[in-house]
Amino acid sequence: MDTLLSSLEILARWDVILALVVGSVGGVLIGAIPGVGPAVAIAILLPATFSMDPIVGLTVLLGIYGSSMYGGAIPAVLINTPGTAVNALTTYDGFPMTARGEPRRALSLAYSSSFFGGIFSVICLMLLAPVLAKVAPLFGSREIFLAALLGIILVIVAHRGQSLIAGALAGFGIFIQTIGLEPVKYSKRFTFDQAFLSSGIDLIVVVLGLFALSQAFLLLTSDDEKIRTMKLRGGLFQGFRELMRHPRVAGVSASFGVMMGMIPGVGEFTAQFLSYTYAQKTSKRPQDFGHGSSEGLIAAETSNNAVPAAAMVPLLALGIPGEALTAMMLSVFYVHNVVPGPGLFQNSMDFIMALYLALLILNVLVVVFLLVATRPLIQVVKIPNRFLGICVLTLSFVGVYSLRNSATDCVIAAVFGIIGYILKRLSLPIVPIILGMVLGNIMEVKLRAGMARVKEPFDFIDRPVAMILFLAILAVLAIHFRHVLQDRKSLKEAEWQSKHRSTRFGALLFCRKGSLSRARGRKVKARHSTSYRRSTERD
Amino acid sequence: MQSERERRFPGPRRGQLLFAVALLFFSVLLLSQIPGQTRWVARTDFFAQPRFWPAVGLIAMTVFGGLHLYLLPWRRFRHADGTEARKWATVVEYAAWFMGYVFAVPVIGYLPSTLIFVPLLARRLGYRSGRMMLASVLFGLATVVLFKGFLSVKIPGGMVYDYLPGAIRSFFILNF
Repeated sequence: MDTLLSSLEILARWDVILALVVGSVGGVLIGAIPGVGPAVAIAILLPATFSMDPIVGLTVLLGIYGSSMYGGAIPAVLINTPGTAVNALTTYDGFPMTARGEPRRALSLAYSSSFFGGIFSVICLMLLAPVLAKVAPLFGSREIFLAALLGIILVIVAHRGQSLIAGALAGFGIFIQTIGLEPVKYSKRFTFDQAFLSSGIDLIVVVLGLFALSQAFLLLTSDDEKIRTMKLRGGLFQGFRELMRHPRVAGVSASFGVMMGMIPGVGEFTAQFLSYTYAQKTSKRPQDFGHGSSEGLIAAETSNNAVPAAAMVPLLALGIPGEALTAMMLSVFYVHNVVPGPGLFQNSMDFIMALYLALLILNVLVVVFLLVATRPLIQVVKIPNRFLGICVLTLSFVGVYSLRNSATDCVIAAVFGIIGYILKRLSLPIVPIILGMVLGNIMEVKLRAGMARVKEPFDFIDRPVAMILFLAILAVLAIHFRHVLQDRKSLKEAEWQSKHRSTRFGALLFCRKGSLSRARGRKVKARHSTSYRRSTERD
Repeated sequence: MQSERERRFPGPRRGQLLFAVALLFFSVLLLSQIPGQTRWVARTDFFAQPRFWPAVGLIAMTVFGGLHLYLLPWRRFRHADGTEARKWATVVEYAAWFMGYVFAVPVIGYLPSTLIFVPLLARRLGYRSGRMMLASVLFGLATVVLFKGFLSVKIPGGMVYDYLPGAIRSFFILNF
């Protein structure tokens, strides 16, 4: 109770309240504009938050993160274009509802589901915080190294079908963070005797390049689309009543969101996939899914909005970001010398509770704002793509240049902007680069510290948490390789277009090796005996 | 006709081979530079060597990049790859616009360069109407006022501001 009161005290400041309002309204606006998304907005605003108190800066960024998905549902439902990437599943059932003349019902259901997901996850985590506070101190250098390694492996394997390129890009991220002066031995690494590389490549410069500039380039080279929106009539409260009729789907989807959010590298997409599949399998009308099913919409929106709060858990408890947005937030902590990790949970529980409370208030603010302002908000989707590109390019300048007033940083950001543009054109993942940079740095520091007391390799995993993490890594790898083999088998089957022939021909041959070689031996023996007889006959 | 392997590939075909080859070439090139660009320190643990983590990153890039190239369903460049490469080159122009803006700010100041850059780029992209020009000017003004005036982000005043009279000069340096 004392913690709760002191966390309320942290939030009871005019600048925090302003940050809550700006974050929630700004996040909804950004989410509602297709092609911008929270990553771009957070990357641009990041340097501006460095001059603020950590709680203020983090509240703005959390506000954008948490509320953008609400806004993203608007274009997903009305024009079949997801405002943010995680609203893609919302279009499956949201737009068919609009097409049959129920846009108000779809939007209202999306808002209420998002609200439920957001509130559910915050309450779960507030209840879970004391447990986390007990578990977090069990994490030493070795455990944090293994957790970071698990995070990077999860990020790679989560890109199913693209794991190899995700691994290569994560390696690229690990390599980039090593450029510059090595902090312990003070030796230069890949500086090519260039002074500007001695201080290394800043994470924020890379983030701005890969997310903001690349998006600006993508918008600038795209075409403007004519968008027709529907007029909304009537109130938006009916969704709450409808949501109450599906407590099971909402509850399970929110739980999936919380669980997947807490695992580094997994995030919204897996949570949505699991929730949607569950909702479809347990529904009385599974045939409606993808054609305007209310349960489908609830599953998609509840699970994605339950993730942001949960994603803060590995960041706050271990200092390990699970995805790109929390990786950006990590730099806000570092700038203010607040080190997220076990120590923060032990010493600043009120700060953590304040962040969760901020998220709780934020969800209420966003829903109130949306219920009032949805109609005028629909107009923002009409902003032309290329003009939006100009806006993002102009704002990216603020982000990059205000860091160190360095034109070199801007050149580096522009180069990463082009790399990000190419990756986006090829539909290749960007997130592994960022997480490679952040987790690579954590792994380097923690492995050095952890190995100092290790005499034999087994010593590294002799503590319970380390052993659990090590087994988790092995399990993830085993599951991934099983999936790879299954995919390979199904590919072979599809290539052959029929299943009458075995797809495990090599394995079958191996099993029948004995009988095949016996049969072969009999054949050879028979041939030899025949030829012997023939030769005798001639004589 | 598309093969099953091509159909299952996530993402478009154009440019994939080019990117995979470039990535592998870049990785091998950097990996070959490891002896010259990193140091092996005597009496230091293997995992604490300054060379260890660059090697981890580059080996991961090379091995995974190589496997990605090996498993790509395409082995030959097509006309579409060239077209895609030209598309990539078009963004260099916008990167140059961005760099022009970056170099203009310390000389002519944040507000004037933004008020020139945004409408000029809008014109370059084909927006000619008065409404869009007004929107671009207003957007530029709002950006400068919000970030420099309100949020006080660290962007230096332009050199031309030095020619302004005393009080106005400091006002401009602080806010625009």
